[in-house]
Amino acid sequence: MNILSAKNIVKKYASHTALDDVSLDIPTQSIFGLLGPNGAGKTSLIRIINQITGPDSGEIFFENEKLSPKHVEQIGYLPEERGLYKKMEVGEQALYLAQLKGMKKAEAKKKLKYWFEKFEMDAWWNKKVEELSKGMQQKVQFIVTVMHEPKLLILDEPFSGFDPINANLIKNEILNLKKQGSTILFSTHNMGSVEELCDNIALINRSKKIVDGSVKDIRKEHKSNVIEIEFTGNMMGFTNSLWTYGKLGEHSAEGEMCKAQIQLTPGSTSNQLLSSVLSAVEIHSFKEVMPSMNDIFIKKVSEGNAIGTQSNFTE
Amino acid sequence: MNKILLIIKREYLSRVKKKSFILMTILGPILMVGIMIVPIWLSTQKTEKQKIEVIDESFLFTDLIPEKDIVHFDYPPITIQQARDGFFDTDYDAILWIPKNVLNGGQKGINLIYKKQLSNSAQQHIQYSISKMLYEVMLAKNNVNVNLIKDAKDKSTFTMITTQVDETGKDKKTNRGLYMGIGLVAAIMIYIFIFMYGVQVMRGVMEEKTSRIVEVILSSVKPFQLMMGKIVGVALVGLTQFLLWVILSTTLYTVAVATFLKDIDMKQIQAKEEVIKIGENLDFEKMGKIEEPNEMTQLWNDFKQVDMPFITLCFLFYFLAGYLMYSAMFAAIGAAVDSEADTNQFMLPITIPLIFSFGIAQTVMQDPEGSLAVWFSMIPLTSPVVMMVRLPFGGVSALEIALSMGLLVLGFLFTTWLAARIYRTGILMYGKKVSWKELGKWLFYKG
Repeated sequence: MNILSAKNIVKKYASHTALDDVSLDIPTQSIFGLLGPNGAGKTSLIRIINQITGPDSGEIFFENEKLSPKHVEQIGYLPEERGLYKKMEVGEQALYLAQLKGMKKAEAKKKLKYWFEKFEMDAWWNKKVEELSKGMQQKVQFIVTVMHEPKLLILDEPFSGFDPINANLIKNEILNLKKQGSTILFSTHNMGSVEELCDNIALINRSKKIVDGSVKDIRKEHKSNVIEIEFTGNMMGFTNSLWTYGKLGEHSAEGEMCKAQIQLTPGSTSNQLLSSVLSAVEIHSFKEVMPSMNDIFIKKVSEGNAIGTQSNFTE
Repeated sequence: MNKILLIIKREYLSRVKKKSFILMTILGPILMVGIMIVPIWLSTQKTEKQKIEVIDESFLFTDLIPEKDIVHFDYPPITIQQARDGFFDTDYDAILWIPKNVLNGGQKGINLIYKKQLSNSAQQHIQYSISKMLYEVMLAKNNVNVNLIKDAKDKSTFTMITTQVDETGKDKKTNRGLYMGIGLVAAIMIYIFIFMYGVQVMRGVMEEKTSRIVEVILSSVKPFQLMMGKIVGVALVGLTQFLLWVILSTTLYTVAVATFLKDIDMKQIQAKEEVIKIGENLDFEKMGKIEEPNEMTQLWNDFKQVDMPFITLCFLFYFLAGYLMYSAMFAAIGAAVDSEADTNQFMLPITIPLIFSFGIAQTVMQDPEGSLAVWFSMIPLTSPVVMMVRLPFGGVSALEIALSMGLLVLGFLFTTWLAARIYRTGILMYGKKVSWKELGKWLFYKG
């Protein structure tokens, strides 16, 4: 089941289109990565899901119901540019924001105590926000986002601006929340965290969705049939043993120890390649090189931009 | 709805708890009462009797200048030169030198020579007394009966009584000065309130925008709720401050009068001030008026004639509706800009109607039923100030008031609608230099 489905979302501003017919489905209890270069339309989409702005056309469904103001309480949102009232005390402010999300005061207080203890920040309750360091403020912001136990958690660039310790803390919390049943939508250009955390992704470029699906499938789909082999023996003999199964790519040798990347020729299988080189050299490792999300991202975005540029020329 | 209450509560409490609010609330009444009480108190403090040495070369005034509790005159038989030479060895505070030819235009040579500046009232007393005596001497010298002149003055001096007749044929005494006073005070308060709290709304919106808290809040509430919550919250702060000022000022005034001025006969103070006033102008036309019945009692009687409950109700209405209308626009400005420096270009056009309405208040007072007054008391942008100036004069018909109030409510709804559209776009727009044209475009964006 999908916790959220966006169907054919279009959002135009005076001079440009921010989202052009974008559809996506976010499965319940998963981590969904919304990727794309700056200005692609990610924040526009997130704002529409948060009902901060409305789409020009298209519809959004939350648990198969048309998205409406009552769903606000089931969504937690950590914007990319995030802030707090500087002159307000931390506890008071967190309570205020919790109540705006529809929590009762007593309940909110209890929840907040739990989180404040968990993040070891009980002592900050009566401090003004401006007295806290940036890292401390970020923790407060995170708690404020999750305290009402939203079914859907939307994090816009959650790791930007966090120091590595806090980033790790947040990462573990995200995984925790998923285990407890939450769904997390996060937008990022940190591809490392995508591979580590995301079950599914959608890649948006120039207002259009260009790729979506599960991370596993996407990587499989974009695999380039490159095999990396480590062996000891003669590089020349190795090259000869490839026959027509593959072409030697990048390679290096340190004395007897050699490493080579082989591009499989179309129609050949990795088994054929392996049996062919087995007789020539001593194999230490043999593995398929999977493309990183980073490679896929760059490839897809630059392809898209190239097409975009071409169409500009023909205009 | 519940959420807008939460926002109002936060806006209200966060401001009321501020040190600056508490300070203003306490200092305001102290300052106000101080301004009223201190001068009276000072004037009643017994000043040391000042001794004046009169060198009267004309012998017209010798032993005749009336004494007063603050001045004492001596008439030593010495020349001015002697007096001056020995001045610092005597305990006289001043030498009053009256030249010989004082009746032949020499009065301009009358000279007061002092060590230290005399008190204002002492100096006024001397000048007034001598002038009056000279006047009478001049008349007597020309065989004019002083009493006849005095009688003629008394019988020709008067203040015109103006009477307004209402529809039922009942007479109403009018007092233009009083009405001007009431209207002006009401207009000034509305003007200051709109400005002070309008700017607070604008700052509040800018704070939310620049601190970037706004996006988090807008994921919970509608932009309109946030904007209205702030406007209403700040309005309540203003009302609280106003109410506290009234209560504190009244209490403080009562206490201050009871403690500082307890042994002072208020009538005496008035009489004293009266003398000073007349002395200042040396206006002989007014001389006969000194003995007029207590003016304060008169003023109080006139004041009781004014329909204060009605004016107070109207004041509260124009006070609030005017603020609501202007503060919506201030909120829109706050949302449109990134920094305080950028607000100027938008502030000016909005404040011009307000300043303008204050500027024409003078003209409206002169002719409260003139077409200028009537028109600008209908136009929502100027009506809060202009109508409050007109109302105390009492000639505004119920229909006019209803129309003006109705238009103001419409104006408020319209500016709020307009402001909300600018607000919701501007509040999430960063790093863009906003022009009027841009604001115009925002009006037509879809939510």
